[in-house]
Amino acid sequence: MNPPAEAPRIGVFVCDCGFNILGVVDVPAVVKFAAALPGVVHAEEYKYMCSDPGQDLIKKAVQEHGLNRVVVASCSPTLHERTFRRVVSEAGINPFLFNMVNIREGVSWVTEDKVQATEKAESLIDAGVRRVTLQEPLEARSEPVNPNVLVIGGGIAGMHASLSLANANRGAKVHLVERQPSIGGNMARFDKTFPTLDCASCILTPKMTEVKIHPNIRLHSYSEVVSVDGYVGNFDVTIEHKPRYINEDLCIGCLKCIEACVFKDARFPNEFDLGLAKRKPIYIPFPQAVPTKVLIDPHDCLYLRLGTCKKTCIDACEKDAIDLEQKPDRVSLKVGTIVVATGFKPFDARRKPQYGYGVLPNVYTALEMERFLSPTGPTEGVPLLQDGRKPETVGIIHCVGSRDKNTNEYCSKVCCMYSLKLAHLIKERTGAEVYNFYIDMRTPGKGYEEFYERLLSEGLKVIRGRVAEVTKAALTRAEKDHLIIRAEDTLAGFVRRIPVDMVVLAVGLEPQSDTQELRRMLNLSCGHEGFLQELHPKLAPVSTATDGIFIAGACQGPKDIPETVAQAGAAASEALSLIHRGVVEIQPYTAVVNEELCSGCKVCIGMCPYDAIGYDEEKRVVHVTEVKCKGCGVCAAACPTGAMDQQHFRKELVMAEIAGVI
Amino acid sequence: MTGYLYYPGCSLKGSGAPYEKSLLAVFSALGQELKEIPDWNCCGATAYLSVDQDMAVAMAARNLAIAEKLDGQDVVAPCSGCYLSLAKAKATLAEYPDVRARVTAALGKASLPYEGRVAVRHPLEVLLTDVGPEVLKKRVTRPLKNLRVAPYYGCAILRPYPGVPSPQAPHSLEDLCRVVGATPVDYPNKARCCGGMLTAGVQSVGLRLVEILLCEAKAADVDAVVTTCPLCQYNLEVYQERICKAKGKDVRLPILYFTQLLGMAFGLDDHALGMDQLLRVPLVAPCAGVKA
Amino acid sequence: MQVVRTVKYEEELDAGFTNQVASEPGGDAIWNCLQCGTCSAICPVSIYMDKTPRRIIGLIRGGFRDEVLGSLSIWICTSCYACTVECPQQIRITDIMYIAKRMAMKESQYQRFVVPAVEEAFVKMVRKNGRLTESRMGIKVVRKSGLRSGVAMFPIAWRLMRKHRMSLLHVERMQDPASLRAVLDALEPRHAPTAPAAAPSRAAGA
Repeated sequence: MNPPAEAPRIGVFVCDCGFNILGVVDVPAVVKFAAALPGVVHAEEYKYMCSDPGQDLIKKAVQEHGLNRVVVASCSPTLHERTFRRVVSEAGINPFLFNMVNIREGVSWVTEDKVQATEKAESLIDAGVRRVTLQEPLEARSEPVNPNVLVIGGGIAGMHASLSLANANRGAKVHLVERQPSIGGNMARFDKTFPTLDCASCILTPKMTEVKIHPNIRLHSYSEVVSVDGYVGNFDVTIEHKPRYINEDLCIGCLKCIEACVFKDARFPNEFDLGLAKRKPIYIPFPQAVPTKVLIDPHDCLYLRLGTCKKTCIDACEKDAIDLEQKPDRVSLKVGTIVVATGFKPFDARRKPQYGYGVLPNVYTALEMERFLSPTGPTEGVPLLQDGRKPETVGIIHCVGSRDKNTNEYCSKVCCMYSLKLAHLIKERTGAEVYNFYIDMRTPGKGYEEFYERLLSEGLKVIRGRVAEVTKAALTRAEKDHLIIRAEDTLAGFVRRIPVDMVVLAVGLEPQSDTQELRRMLNLSCGHEGFLQELHPKLAPVSTATDGIFIAGACQGPKDIPETVAQAGAAASEALSLIHRGVVEIQPYTAVVNEELCSGCKVCIGMCPYDAIGYDEEKRVVHVTEVKCKGCGVCAAACPTGAMDQQHFRKELVMAEIAGVI
Repeated sequence: MTGYLYYPGCSLKGSGAPYEKSLLAVFSALGQELKEIPDWNCCGATAYLSVDQDMAVAMAARNLAIAEKLDGQDVVAPCSGCYLSLAKAKATLAEYPDVRARVTAALGKASLPYEGRVAVRHPLEVLLTDVGPEVLKKRVTRPLKNLRVAPYYGCAILRPYPGVPSPQAPHSLEDLCRVVGATPVDYPNKARCCGGMLTAGVQSVGLRLVEILLCEAKAADVDAVVTTCPLCQYNLEVYQERICKAKGKDVRLPILYFTQLLGMAFGLDDHALGMDQLLRVPLVAPCAGVKA
Repeated sequence: MQVVRTVKYEEELDAGFTNQVASEPGGDAIWNCLQCGTCSAICPVSIYMDKTPRRIIGLIRGGFRDEVLGSLSIWICTSCYACTVECPQQIRITDIMYIAKRMAMKESQYQRFVVPAVEEAFVKMVRKNGRLTESRMGIKVVRKSGLRSGVAMFPIAWRLMRKHRMSLLHVERMQDPASLRAVLDALEPRHAPTAPAAAPSRAAGA
């Protein structure tokens, strides 16, 4: 690399960030320290360096002191590197002659010791100054944004985002990938939605149909995304279609094959009904499923399991759609942006054995109750006990798995409201006396508190007390043959034992169990509770740390339908804003070869995951194809002679930075 | 370094004598050595913790320090109360540096350095984990077929330092019952308190807890309740007549130690198992192996 | 019928009480209490308490020193740890009961009945012999709790003696109880700070 063309004249700008940094770090001392570092000709402090006056202050200092390099010590680069690069650029300095030092997330937020914090801030600034001294001017390049979009997850969030995108994005495709055989997600399981009690199917089914027929949406149902490579504007995606053993293009959804199956009775648990109802090996998940195509479960089908069957389904199919030899098939796509809407997983009630789920009869989760209440569910909309009677008393236990340090510490946000809804519906359908056991009744939202009031006036019994256990050990005659819920009625001040016929567990919302794999595939991050992490909790709630990938719905945290839909719309609009801009700026962090040092050993060629390195037979050295290089740095690390280097992360730079820290 | 160090605790030298007898008999039948900790002292029980925290911890820790000074083998504490006191002391010393500093200083004066090296274990877990159900099963000569048993864990081996898994859904006693061929019944209150020292302190309360447990076992039509703790065994056994009289219901039931159950299935002698010291034994001579 | 004014004025409360409890081992998490009542509901003996465990925690957090240390609840607690295991905020309620017991033991103004007296007797015997003799302890319990309970215990004691599970003659003791006392005496008895003078046990409401 070339030595700096002109002697460095570095300006260091230290941000107080209100009290965020100033409260822990002795900023004036840090400024004094920075001013004395080699190459530094100016150092100053400001309350909020990212504010307009703060930005102006940097520009003014560049003019006044003839600065040619700038260091800002403030927050994380993910937050404001872009801001300050623009400022520096506007002041007439190449934006890559700027370096950002994180003394907030990396220092003041993680320690209370003021002396140590100040020392650490100083050594990080020292490192930053040493690094910026050696940085070179670079030019970012821009690339077009592919207008196609990938939406992962076909619940209400994914469907809404897909429709918003498809309606606006003429000519480009939205690829909606859903791993279940039908779109609709959990909302398709609900009977009614709070607080308006409008029928979930009535509002969801039209959307499902719209997705099905929309010319700009390509639905990949019963499919999973298996790999995502590339970067904002230019992602390469591979999707695997799981075998339905049905040719989707031929199947018309007449369901004659199901009728004809050699299994005369439905005897396998229906996933959509959470195992409460049965299906045949060849089935359709639920009547309104989209696509309206049957599928065969290879674990249940005689032919697929044992290789012998009369195959009556094939005879029954007039369209010749059944293909028992179908194999998984993969398609590759190019998209510019991705919306992740993978939803949630209900808390596994077995993890709270004190509530007897899976052990005691007539203990159900809220989602199971949704199915009981659904006209298409196992009991056609009327919850029944295992012996077929209508329950006379039902207890709904809030906060199962939520607000509990032994399981999930967070509030799942929707359970109070859905529990009230379930209470209303159970009363309506069975006439049962319903008790709700809660810690705090959380009903913020438009019309939500009013809904709570309505339930109270309907005579709902609410008991403020977390349930300790559900038992069948009766102590009185009235308790005999009942489930006994034991809780403290904290408002009345008594411990109570309430015998009920049925218990509903208001299970919380958890991240999908494969969130970590998804996170790795898409290079996202997760919060400590395991949900996908947004870029900023207030100002970038649907963006992620990976440009071009947006999140919507319960994969980001527990939320109800209105919020989910709002987020889905926001994610779609963020994606559209990128698509309409048309180009993205690509950081010039690509690999470069020093041809004099290159021995032509080609080690780097084998290591490069992007096929970006070629070999020049004539010169006997390697060369980098810049557009293909993603700047991962593998080649630079692998090169035995030190010929390979990465722009903006050259060895000298990194070593200088390390020297500053130690 | 083989075998285990044995911390009997005061009860096993008194009302819990059948527990000690059967425990030693069963371990010896399995070729497992139990070496009594020399000149052990009371674990402190619940009482000392109500008076002075440091001293309570020091009482229990002194025994652990002696164990460390020996070979540092695992300490087997059959009394659930002792198990808890020892485990709690160990946990407290690990978690609270200031308590540790004061207590180790005091132990140091008696030349008993404490490092927290020894593990504290309950024999039920030792038998099921170290020895293992397969080995136990092989040793069974008289399967206790048709014996219906209520498995009763009490509190201290489950909470808050589980000596057997798990606080909310324990299953070790059921596992053991199956090993010996007996039938464990569903006993919903198997992990609830027996009344502990309240049977002495506030009898009306303590005896009500005992009554509930006995009634539930009676309703499940069991031949015996199996316990893991001398205080549980005592509470469930000695107040039966009084409850019968006061409440006008029959709650009389044999209350066994799990080691006696195992010893019976091993075909060990009644006397060696302390069966003759129980106030009530299962209706049919257990060695016959079958219920009449 | 007596009508009582129940308002609590701030000067009757002990603002430092919560921190005293919180600073003892096991008291750490007390600030996290949500008042959900799981402790009371799982407790096998809360139905006999004058204040449920949840209320005890609430009272500690409010600085109601007298109400807590004077309660029967802390002595009814059987130390079964069900509350500690079930608490969604991982508050060690059993340990907090012990902290309250220790504080109450050290201040004579708080009401006593048989349980604390028995615990004191236990400690005395164990200090002396290093171990507990159940029969002797039984006699002490009977003496503390009155003649009627003694009469009721007699048949039980008799049956146990016949089974050689109890003896009036045998004393269970260490070979060298002094070696235990040496350890105990090396520890300073830790006194809970006494109640502030401004907060008499039954403050007269203004």
